[in-house]
Amino acid sequence: MADPRPARSRFSPRLTAAFLCVFLLVFLRCASASRDVVSGSNETWIRPARSTQEDPHDHHGNSTEHKKAFPVLAFNFEHVRKPFEISMWILLALLMKLGFHIIPRISHVVPESCLLIVVGLLVGGTIKAVEGTNAPVLDSKLFFLYLLPPIILDAGYFLPIRPFTENLGTILVFAVLGTLWNVFFIGGTMFAVCQIDGAGLADVDLLSCLLFGSIISAVDPVAVLAVFEEIHINDLLHILVFGESLLNDAVTVVLYHLFKEFSHEGSVSVSDALLGVVCFFVVSLGGILVGFIYGILGAFTSRFTSHTRVIEPLFVFLYSYMAYLSAEVFHLSGIMSLIACGVIMRPYVEANISHKSYTTVKYFLKMWSSVSETLIFIFLGVSTVAGPHEWNWTFVVFTVFLCLVSRVLGVIGLTSIINKFRIVKLTKKDQFIVAYGGLRGAIAFSLGFLLTDSKMKHMFLTAIITVIFFTVFVQGMTIRPLVELLAVKRKKESKGSINEEIHTQFLDHLLTGIEDVCGHYGHHHWKDKLNRFNKKYVKKWLIAGERSTEPQLISFYNKLELKQAMMLVESGSTSKLPSVMSSVSMQNIQPREPPRRRAMPSISKSREEEIRKLLRANLQNTRQRLRSYSRHDLMIDPFEDNVSEVHLRKQRVEMGRRMSHYLTVPANRQEAPPVRKVGFQPEHQVFTYDDAESPRSAEMKPRSAAVRLLNELPQRSDQSDAEPNAKQDDQEDQLKLSRGLSDPGPNQEQKES
Amino acid sequence: MGAKQTRSAQKYQDLTDKTGFSPEQIKNLHKRFQHLSDNEETISRENLEKIPALANNPIRKQIIDAFFDKRNQHQNEVGAFQEIGFEQFLMVMSHFRPPTLKTTEEEREAMRKEKLRFLFNMHDTDNDGTITLEEYRKVVEELLSKSGAIGLEAAKAIADAAMLEVASTNVPHMAPDDFYEGITFEHFEQILKGLEMESRMHIRFLDVDTMTMRCGKSKS
Repeated sequence: MADPRPARSRFSPRLTAAFLCVFLLVFLRCASASRDVVSGSNETWIRPARSTQEDPHDHHGNSTEHKKAFPVLAFNFEHVRKPFEISMWILLALLMKLGFHIIPRISHVVPESCLLIVVGLLVGGTIKAVEGTNAPVLDSKLFFLYLLPPIILDAGYFLPIRPFTENLGTILVFAVLGTLWNVFFIGGTMFAVCQIDGAGLADVDLLSCLLFGSIISAVDPVAVLAVFEEIHINDLLHILVFGESLLNDAVTVVLYHLFKEFSHEGSVSVSDALLGVVCFFVVSLGGILVGFIYGILGAFTSRFTSHTRVIEPLFVFLYSYMAYLSAEVFHLSGIMSLIACGVIMRPYVEANISHKSYTTVKYFLKMWSSVSETLIFIFLGVSTVAGPHEWNWTFVVFTVFLCLVSRVLGVIGLTSIINKFRIVKLTKKDQFIVAYGGLRGAIAFSLGFLLTDSKMKHMFLTAIITVIFFTVFVQGMTIRPLVELLAVKRKKESKGSINEEIHTQFLDHLLTGIEDVCGHYGHHHWKDKLNRFNKKYVKKWLIAGERSTEPQLISFYNKLELKQAMMLVESGSTSKLPSVMSSVSMQNIQPREPPRRRAMPSISKSREEEIRKLLRANLQNTRQRLRSYSRHDLMIDPFEDNVSEVHLRKQRVEMGRRMSHYLTVPANRQEAPPVRKVGFQPEHQVFTYDDAESPRSAEMKPRSAAVRLLNELPQRSDQSDAEPNAKQDDQEDQLKLSRGLSDPGPNQEQKES
Repeated sequence: MGAKQTRSAQKYQDLTDKTGFSPEQIKNLHKRFQHLSDNEETISRENLEKIPALANNPIRKQIIDAFFDKRNQHQNEVGAFQEIGFEQFLMVMSHFRPPTLKTTEEEREAMRKEKLRFLFNMHDTDNDGTITLEEYRKVVEELLSKSGAIGLEAAKAIADAAMLEVASTNVPHMAPDDFYEGITFEHFEQILKGLEMESRMHIRFLDVDTMTMRCGKSKS
């Protein structure tokens, strides 16, 4: 973007945005302050037939003695207060997000979450200065019911299943045992610290310490997502830390409720502890069960939505949200329920819904989770300024220190146990990243906020906020340079290679087979059994129509083809070819039979030139639409088997029909199934044509008897009728030649008739 | 009895050196071998075909053939055995060992190459050093063989597309007359670079004897 006025265009939007935000906020506060005035005029307006002495007080209407004039313009803020405030907050969040990307320098060094917290601090400070009191705080209900679910659903729906299931054991060990270790270590040590005289913490008993430990120990999925998304770390580490942050919710919920209950009673007995363990299993497995049920329901519903495509995305969202809420009703783990619902629902729903709905689901989820995340961090900043703080040096410092120490110890200890059972062991580098990635976030804050009000609560909140700030700022900012310094493996760009998919499937079957030969039922054996069960019974119920029997390889291949075709159609207006295009086409691969080749005479150079010129002239007009599957530069050998061609054509047409259902490009470019029959050659089809290739294709003609056809768009059909006539002569000549020398086969003759 | 012990220990030691398995793993695999061969010295194709769990596997034939393929014995021979002994059985199994924490970078590279070579041999049935289009088509057809008619139609298209991809990645600028003979081993390595074969192609070999734990299911 070579901007002639770079400085101005870079800064003015940012300044304007900031200005606008401050203005909006001040306006908001003033509006709430002037509530009384507004309601006063409101009343007068609602009851116009009032006694006359009220009229002088009405400072909006032009009042005569007895009649109030009809208010042309009235101010009625109360009416829209709540939605107005919500919208302004969201707008503020989004404008901030926009602003950060206009200044690339900062956003490269500092992760977005930090910037957003800073903004929240500024906003909170402004509000406090203007208003004095009554600044908004991150309400726990708002957080848990509205802000958290979209993020978790987004994470769960797009969870990469293969790495997750392969590492499930490790993830569970980290999530459950790691969190338990953290809770008891931090809680116990903090209690010991509180016993130190002179710290002023004598009134904090063991149970409260353990409660505090349970709040602060859990790794937070929102913070992890926010930071890890930007550093593009390899799949294994990403899924380990992220999976842990999701699955430790069950542990956190149980321990939190347990200690909260008991801190009122003051003591815990052994039976209570046992009940706690049972509760853990109930909470986690119950949550998963609830999610599972709603997931199956959602998948089943999507089977019947083929006639009402517009509401398909809503089913996905609502069933998932209901799963979350239902789990929360019973105090089960809502996060695990949401994840289970998304994971179960996804393969079946994706097979059923249209492509547009799929895109809608994807983008809405990303949008909501993005907004939620932004709002969470801003509110964190605002709440920091607002909340009553109780700063105790010993407590806070020790909390931060212990969090780090316990995390490191926990990871190292657990990894040494886990590595005995893992085949691909975790190296020291991996362990470091896992330990360093244990970020705390808004869940800890909200849980702390739910405690009953007391001096202890404020102290806890202060400590929690300090830990959150520390992890997000210090660890969040330094993790990227550390990753680069340690040369940790980054995420590899997957281009969706059909070869990789074929071999992944092949490997699955191979390893299952080898396990069977070896005679023990391992990982692959059970996975294979599950797949077969899925294919045989479940898919029939949950997937509509013939998609239910489609093997995975074929659906992958179709998806890939669709993606490529769409890409080409969308880039059709520019003549830029995708960079991976090579000049290799099917003719390079199809084995040609030497005898036939020898039988073809080579056409004279001048003739070639003529043909080439003619084709190029015709092609000029059709440059736009002559892009299609460049991969399938299929030149059908006319002597090839008829049967397979028919099938191929059928598949192509089917593909084209499918494409035309969802393409969003304008109609004149849309309707082309990339392959169309052209009038005079019903049996042969051509596929690609590129300007680059047309001269070559002209050269090709004499050498093989295959005939190339042009791609057509429906509205060009009249033009195409003209073209074949022009070409027909040339090709007739060639074909006459070739026919004279070899057996043309039945297809050629059809052309003549 | 003492002599027999040392003899088998010696034999196991040889095998440990050659294949890299630990003695416990070799013992377990030997037990399995004897079970499969009905306590004879060698197993034939029929023995392996009798394994019931393999019946559902679409690439069953390729797997069984791989055991009898001389190329997988690392002795530069070609052709196929009719029957194999325990040592050859173990050699084939050794292709599926995972890397350990102590494996160096070069050893990993060598391991990856070896595993890819195994896969390549499975595809290249006529042993001409390349996987031709026909052979690749066969591979995809076998993979989809349990899926009925849909599978067979699409198999050809998928194999063609895959071949095209290999060609375009490895030899991006071919003149229209050039004929891409087939996937050579180098190209095969290149195209599957992203899969990190040394971490994926392995199974867990047990150090514990599981035969006695499944006494009810010894037929598997």
